[in-house]
This record gives sequence, structure tokens and C-alpha cells, in this order.
Amino acid sequence: MSDHLLIATRKGLFALERKGAGWDSRLIGFEGVAVTNVLRTDGVIYAALKHGHFGAKLHRSDDGGATWRELTAPAFPADAADAPSLFQIWTMETGGRTHPGRLWIGAIPAGLFRSDDRGETWQLVSSFWNVPERKRWFGGGYDAAGIHSISPDPRDEDRVFLAISCGGVWESRDAGDSWSVLGKGLFAPYVPPEQAEDSAIQDPHRVVRCASAPDVMWMQHHAGIYRSADAGAHWTRLSPPTDDFGFAVAAHPRQAQIAWFVPAIKDEIRMPRDGALCVTRTDDGGQSWEIMRHGLPQRDAYDLIYRHGLEVDEAGERLAMGSTTGAVWTSENGGRSWALVNAHLPPIYAVRFV
Amino acid sequence: MAEIHFTSHLRNLVTDGPLSAEGATVGEALTNVLAAQPHVRGYVLDDRGSLRKHVCIFADGERLAHDGALGRRIGADTKIYVMQALSGG
Repeated sequence: MSDHLLIATRKGLFALERKGAGWDSRLIGFEGVAVTNVLRTDGVIYAALKHGHFGAKLHRSDDGGATWRELTAPAFPADAADAPSLFQIWTMETGGRTHPGRLWIGAIPAGLFRSDDRGETWQLVSSFWNVPERKRWFGGGYDAAGIHSISPDPRDEDRVFLAISCGGVWESRDAGDSWSVLGKGLFAPYVPPEQAEDSAIQDPHRVVRCASAPDVMWMQHHAGIYRSADAGAHWTRLSPPTDDFGFAVAAHPRQAQIAWFVPAIKDEIRMPRDGALCVTRTDDGGQSWEIMRHGLPQRDAYDLIYRHGLEVDEAGERLAMGSTTGAVWTSENGGRSWALVNAHLPPIYAVRFV
Repeated sequence: MAEIHFTSHLRNLVTDGPLSAEGATVGEALTNVLAAQPHVRGYVLDDRGSLRKHVCIFADGERLAHDGALGRRIGADTKIYVMQALSGG
């Protein structure tokens, strides 16, 4: 199990370390600055910042967060179509073990950026920015559309999957040179009915895949939750006995039938039903569900878990969850019981085991 | 007459099922339909009469760019959808 967590919050980057039966919390950088996501790979930590006044930035630490160096953040080239300004780095992922040094960034607006030198330089993946469907994308949560989920296929890390709010799910089989929109079976009730099945306007809130069965993906969509068994080409809507709105989803790294979601009342409300926070889990691919509440607040709780706010460790047993009210919980038993780690962090954007 | 559908998020203010209104533009049709629904007007248009930032208009199956939405010319049988933009969430 992983004994270390990084927590990206509205007011800085925190490190949590397992100590005895509890966790120590420590602010390790960017006090007062929004950290929109964080990635640790090959001993390096990358922190994406969003200064209220000074824009989106990228920093890197080679010593576990003791010192930081600002990198040149990705930018849309001046000759890119529409050439917007970078608003936010929403997600960062590694290129995988076959591409050491490669990193992907998903941004708002929905540019995909790639680095092959550990973040020193970045290039807009122009083939993706230029897909004609981009004209139909629109903002979800933020004013412009954005990329929040990026997942290279561990069997072939040039095969890259990504998801956009609101622009559907996409795949490249050639490290980003060409792209196809996926997502048959997804349904968008927030557009006129004749467009509800348009793949390019879907709002996947978050998509994750099973590390050992990479064709299996789980999606929390703006309207419902879905599972795919063919790497995102086709999706089946699942019917949990709870609210099926939410943002976060975690996939068991070894067992393709297990996933976790955090339900909230849909979509104009966005709070736990009856002020009682729960996590749902399926062990059979979405046929049946456990609703898990032990250790989570069951009255007067208005925590929402954002897209990157729920994670499972590599063993599939320890989970961590961070909320909009700055609460962090962990579970040692696959979500069946939870322990409050800290109730008083700033609002949490991302939680990552490292 | 244009056929105007409102998002279900306004269902406690405006009935299900389309309403009809005359107008040569989206803005005229909305002004006319909202004249009969004055309690809805402030939810769709702001106090300056502009389309609210996170309200999204579809006309004839096209999601209209926000800035020009009210000026968009429409036909006699245009279907207008007044939706909640997901950007507002």
C-alpha cells in the first residue's frame, strides 16, 4: 500500500504521510496559490498552479517538494487556430514506462500538450486541436471546454485515450498524430433531443481504466455512470440504486469488475442526498452495488468530490478522497469504512497516491 | 411562429412543452415569449436585457455563439431551446 499522498488544493500543495494509525498533513508548497493538479513520476513532482491574477503555471521538484523550479508552462502557439490563452492545467499524466520523460497535459481550453523532456518544453498536439468537432465542444464547469482525463494504454502507450468536458471521449493510436471520437451509447440530456447522442458533445466528468485490463473503463458522466469493455468505443449505462450524478470515479487496478463512485444529487444541486456522504462500489461490473457510509459524515455534510478527488492505490485496497470543504478521508478496506484524516484543508482539487 | 423550449431546470417557473412566439430574431421571439412569462425573464436575460452568461441557446439544431445569439435571424418554424450551459456548473 502507498503511505504517501499529495493533495492539490485551492490554497497550496499538501503532503500526507502515514504515521502509525493516522496521517500527518504538511503544506509543502505554493501557500495561498491554487494547485489545480499534481503528478509524481520517476521521483519528480509536477505541480500545476493557477494564480488568481497571474495565470496558469507549472513547477517541478526533484527533491520531494523541498525545493521547486518553475518550468515554462504549455502555451497555445500564436498560429494555432483561435489561439486562446491557457486558462488552467487540468490534468497531467505520464507517457508510460516505454516513453521515459514523456508527459501529457490536458488543459482548459481543451488543448492537449506533450513533453518528451520531463516538462522542460511543451508542444500543442495540433492534430487534436484541429479536429473539426472542436467547433461543437463547450465548457463544462468552466467557460471553455477542457481535457481532464488522459490515459495511455499500458499495452501500447502510443495509444492514448482522453476525455473532455464537454467534448466527448477520444483516442489516438499513433501517439497523437491522428484522432477518433469514441463514445457510442453515451447520452446527453442537456442539448436538444436530436443531438443527445452526438459523441462530440458528451460531458464525461471523469474516465478511468483498469490498469491490468485496460479495455475496461469507467465513466462518471454529467448524466449517469457508464462502463466500457472495449477501451471506450461502446458504453453501457449502469443503474446504481443511488444518485448517479457525481464527478469522481476510481477503477480497481487489478479487478476489472470493481469501481467506486461518489454520488450527489444531480446537476443543479450537487450535494450529497440528505446531507449524508457515501461512496458506492460495484464488484460485478455494475450489476450490483454497495453503498458505503461507515466513517463518512451522515448529517449536515455538503461535501462534493471533484473529478480528481478520489483515488485507489496500486493494491486496490486503500482509497483516499478529498472534498470541496477541505476534508480528506482514507479507507484501508476498499471503501467499506473510512477515517477522517483532516477536516480543515482548503477546498481540494486532486488527491494522488505517490 | 417559433417554438420555444425551456430547460427542465426552469421547470418550476415555466411549464413543460414548447411555447410559441413571433419574432424575426431569437431575441424578438424571446422578448415576446417572456412578455407573457415575466417571472422567467430575469432567469434568462440579465437586468440589462443581455443573455445571461451561462444560458445557452440552440436554434434550428445549432448551438449559438453566446454573443450573437439574440440577434440570430430565425424562420417561421424555428425551434429554439433555452438551455442551462454546463459551463455554469
